[in-house]
Amino acid sequence: MSAVVSTPSEGARAAERPTAAERPKRRTWGGSPTDTPAGPLTYVMLVLTMLLSAFPLYWMFVVGSSTDEELAKLPPSVVPSTHFSDNVHQVFDQENAFFADSLVNSLIVAVVITVSVLFFCSLAGFAFAKLRFPGRDALMVLLIATMTIPQQLGQVALYLVMSRLGLIQTLPAVVFPALVTAFGVFYMRQYIQDAIPDELVEAARVDGASTFRIYWNVVMPTLRPAAGVLGLLTFVAAWNDFQWPFIVLFGGDTYTVQVSLSSLASGQTIVYSRMMAGAVLATIPLIVVFIAAGKQIVTGIMEGAVKS
Amino acid sequence: MSVSPAPIREPMLPGRGSGGAPRPAWRSRLTRLDTKVTPYLMIAPFFILFGAFGLFPLIFNIAVSFRSWRLDDPDAQGLFGKSWSGLDNYTALLHDDEMWGALKNTIGLFVLSTIPQILTALLLAGILNRKLRFQTLFRMGVLLPYVTPIAASTLVFGAVFTLDTGIVDSLLTQVGLPSVDWHAEVWSSWLAIITMVNWRWTGYWAIIFLAAMQAIPRDLYEAATVDGAKVWTQFWKITVPLIRPSILFAVIVSTIGGLQLFAEPLLFDEGKATDANGGSYHQFQTIGIYIYKTAWKSLNMGGAAAISVGLFLLIIVITSMNAWITNRVARGGRS
Repeated sequence: MSAVVSTPSEGARAAERPTAAERPKRRTWGGSPTDTPAGPLTYVMLVLTMLLSAFPLYWMFVVGSSTDEELAKLPPSVVPSTHFSDNVHQVFDQENAFFADSLVNSLIVAVVITVSVLFFCSLAGFAFAKLRFPGRDALMVLLIATMTIPQQLGQVALYLVMSRLGLIQTLPAVVFPALVTAFGVFYMRQYIQDAIPDELVEAARVDGASTFRIYWNVVMPTLRPAAGVLGLLTFVAAWNDFQWPFIVLFGGDTYTVQVSLSSLASGQTIVYSRMMAGAVLATIPLIVVFIAAGKQIVTGIMEGAVKS
Repeated sequence: MSVSPAPIREPMLPGRGSGGAPRPAWRSRLTRLDTKVTPYLMIAPFFILFGAFGLFPLIFNIAVSFRSWRLDDPDAQGLFGKSWSGLDNYTALLHDDEMWGALKNTIGLFVLSTIPQILTALLLAGILNRKLRFQTLFRMGVLLPYVTPIAASTLVFGAVFTLDTGIVDSLLTQVGLPSVDWHAEVWSSWLAIITMVNWRWTGYWAIIFLAAMQAIPRDLYEAATVDGAKVWTQFWKITVPLIRPSILFAVIVSTIGGLQLFAEPLLFDEGKATDANGGSYHQFQTIGIYIYKTAWKSLNMGGAAAISVGLFLLIIVITSMNAWITNRVARGGRS
């Protein structure tokens, strides 16, 4: 019953005799689930959920570190083996997968998109939150409405546009459509509205600062928390993006890592060990980001959810 | 929201510099120009980029769907000339068995993934909404699948659901159950794909629902506790109806996403993923995959555009239907 050790004694007593103490416990704790300490069953279910969440990632490493002979054994081994680096070498040597290059490409794509989204979204978010101009509210509604449009359904035509621009099988074809997002503008607007007092903007204006200067000197320095969250979400989405990069890059010689992975999964013979070693490499950067900043990512998604 | 009280235009009036001396005329004109034009310049990047790479393709797509536009035939390209084909692309679809099969798979996979996903996410959110130790750790764990690259997780599920040597199949045979060729059957391939989709999205929606649950005022529960409502009743009669907007949002977004299912079924067809057949007899080919195949394997852009338009209409119909149903169900018995 470690779950309630740190709670006040009423809570601990109630938890020991849940049925008998149900009524008094409820009254003490106000009845809201948020105030009700979780019982052991809750923890069991949560731990099971954690295991289910993590299992594919663990299994990725188990398979990615085994040889093909080890994988052919029955029953299969459930612990990692020692051949991960051999498999990684094979992935890098695989023809037509361009795996090493693709890791660099993915990093470039994700960083460029993240920086651009942060800049353009905070710029527009500032205008929508703090400046007054005719049509502002209507344009904001329009922007929110664009979020509901399934843009993937324009991909056939988007390919023709990129083809006309001469960008097929190049990274700009992946980067351009992602440079600014409606969600980002919306998120930044909400943040700026709350975080920056109107008086501050007004004072800067009285001092003769131009609108852009106010953005740069007054608004931008206060954006760090929101920019962190939006930046993380954007980076994750850009790194993981699959469908459009696959359509526009596959068959060329410039891949992002997700496209490169899909090329490991084609060809008549599937080498699981190699494929999974590649999958581990494609996942590691995100796991690092997630361990370092998972709390902000969770907070960001929860804040975004309440606001929208 | 909206009207900020700050009279931002005021300071640009001429002659109000603090030094007393009026500002030069060019300067005040510049300031006026700045307050008038700069806001539009600041929001312009979004509208220009969305227009170019979001809205224009959708409209252009409709135009392409009325043409016989082929990637391998320069004569059958462009919006002018003799490539006009009227409704041919659409009538061809009506007689296309592969398209009907893909439609069936899409709707089947969508229904079987969205419903369990949302319900499980609700329960998971209910559990996470208790007073917990290691709260952040649990929330992160639940969100882990969402940040995992879809290509990577799909490939690992492909390995998990392999005949004989896959972990699921070897567990089955060890407990004496018959071995299953997961890729070969309709039900088994669907089950594998649904597992991948639900693994990825359940935790994400749980976090979204949790955020909404935490915003519910506590005194609403206090009243219910005095009435002696059981936890379960409390959950369905108070919590769920109060987070109805979030549930509605989740249903709409997962409908739009679920009907466009692409990566999971595409990559599940190991070895032949890029052929975009969705299984040896198209048993898990979705409309999303079929659009890809028509456009980039058969090089028939006109046909692919027509399917996209059809899927768009389908999404509108099913999304409105789902929104309506959810709205009714999530009221939790209150009229």
